[in-house]
Amino acid sequence: MKSQPLNGGRALRIGLVCPYSWNSPGGVRSHIEDLALALIQRGHWVNVLAPVESPEQELPDWLTDAGVPVAVPYNGSVAKLRFGIRAMARVRKWIDVNDFDVLHVHEPLAPSVSLLACWVASGPIVATWHSSAERSRVLNASFYIAQTALEKISARIAVSESARRYLVSHVGGDAILIPNGVRVQAIAERARRTSKEPEALAFLGRIDEPRKGLEILLAAMPAVIRSVPDVHLTVVGPGDASAQIARMDKDIGQHVTFAGKLSDDQKIEALARAQVYVAPHTGGESFGIVLAEAMAAGTAVLASDLEAFSVVLQEGRAGQLFPTGDSQALANAIVALLNGPDRVQELAGAGRLRVRDFDWDTVVDQVLAVYEAVTVNGDKVTEDLRGQLVGRWMVSR
Amino acid sequence: MTWWLAVVFVVLACVFALYLSVTAGRLDRLHRRIDSAQANLSTLLLRRNSAAIELASSGLLDPASSVLILNAAHVARECADDTLADRSFSESALSAALNAALDESHEPDEPGLTGLEHQLITEVVALGTRVQLSRRFLNDAVRACRQVRQQQLVRIFRLAGHTAWPQTMEMDDALPVGLGPR
Repeated sequence: MKSQPLNGGRALRIGLVCPYSWNSPGGVRSHIEDLALALIQRGHWVNVLAPVESPEQELPDWLTDAGVPVAVPYNGSVAKLRFGIRAMARVRKWIDVNDFDVLHVHEPLAPSVSLLACWVASGPIVATWHSSAERSRVLNASFYIAQTALEKISARIAVSESARRYLVSHVGGDAILIPNGVRVQAIAERARRTSKEPEALAFLGRIDEPRKGLEILLAAMPAVIRSVPDVHLTVVGPGDASAQIARMDKDIGQHVTFAGKLSDDQKIEALARAQVYVAPHTGGESFGIVLAEAMAAGTAVLASDLEAFSVVLQEGRAGQLFPTGDSQALANAIVALLNGPDRVQELAGAGRLRVRDFDWDTVVDQVLAVYEAVTVNGDKVTEDLRGQLVGRWMVSR
Repeated sequence: MTWWLAVVFVVLACVFALYLSVTAGRLDRLHRRIDSAQANLSTLLLRRNSAAIELASSGLLDPASSVLILNAAHVARECADDTLADRSFSESALSAALNAALDESHEPDEPGLTGLEHQLITEVVALGTRVQLSRRFLNDAVRACRQVRQQQLVRIFRLAGHTAWPQTMEMDDALPVGLGPR
């Protein structure tokens, strides 16, 4: 059942902190936007602090600009982060002015405004861990610095079991598991207006990122085409398709369309048109939000048996699993599904039921329960720089 | 050469003093985090207690369940002024009574429940969820604090002052089967 807001539950003043640029699309950023909107809808007062690249652009009134981010290599890729003495001053002012009941920091270890917010604040602080990067060098090298910021956090949330395990083993302590939210209703609505195509498959993800597993799916295609001659695969995602096309056999090429990068709505339509959404990932996925989106769109899911996927698909009850990296098994599974419409219907139905657990409404209930557990006595978020050299001397407002 | 040594000594002493002061600040903040987590848990336990009494005295449950819950809630309320650790037993007993009474038949989604009954049960379960969360947060704060207090320098220089060694809260806070968060 859902944990509902308590009777007499008061409206909270909530501060959300996004470490990455508000202008670049990404999982963490859209999570924060969805969360903010859902909380506002429930009658809470919300303000988001995030780096913004073009300050002249029109911002929603619940967003505070933390300054222009800088692109720096971080955790294996390039991230746009905001840090430095001026950023620190903005964070302090933001906390000072807004009189928050609870501060909700995302990716508190990212060297950006999230870490700075943990650094200067004390009181009810909630933190959400999104990524499950392998052992972080940042954390190793600057453990003391990180620790003084981390030990201020009153409640920790992880969005996936692997993110939780990462946190528990590398940082220590406990974390509540609250999976990512999906706008189930909106997706289902759009999917209803899209008609299914027979023998259609869909793949989503960067073409040139090996961990997304496109290679494995393409290797399975010849065997699939032999049994289902009319099969068609739509590949949605950024990346250079020409290299893939050049490498592919022409006979197979006829059955594959590279749609490139699509808008969110077009992505949902591509998912909804397919009979089966294939997720042949080989690793690195902490949650697999696309699986939930496919389920919301009423499309049967066929995914590699990574632990995260297996949890989302309830060990194969809400979608079918195949051994990770096994093209032959994948081909067999695709053929069986395309030849068995009843099974596809059954999986789509089970998926629709399962995806309710990931609906934003459910997620917001759980997040609010955490807020209430740390704010029930009415403590406020205040500034507290004790124990921090940098904060004490090097920063002035 | 001796003034060199003196300067080095003074600098080292300053760095050391600074380290101690910084660590004392951290410790103080950790103790406050524990205090506030304890206060939150205590408040939530009291609210759960009130919600349980309201449910049991609503006349919506069978008399046996009502007596069981009222009895346990009453005992827990009498202990409400004790330290958290001392309340562990009575609060666990209340959880057990609530679980025994709400376990099978009172699914909130099951048809046949009146709106009020649904509301009262939902309230008790929602508070139970928050008690669980709050207790985990408290125990996490205790763990973080103990970690700092175990450091040699903290012990030698008694940076924790006379503050008692932090205690975790152990209790049965399981929710009735089928009513927990999904």
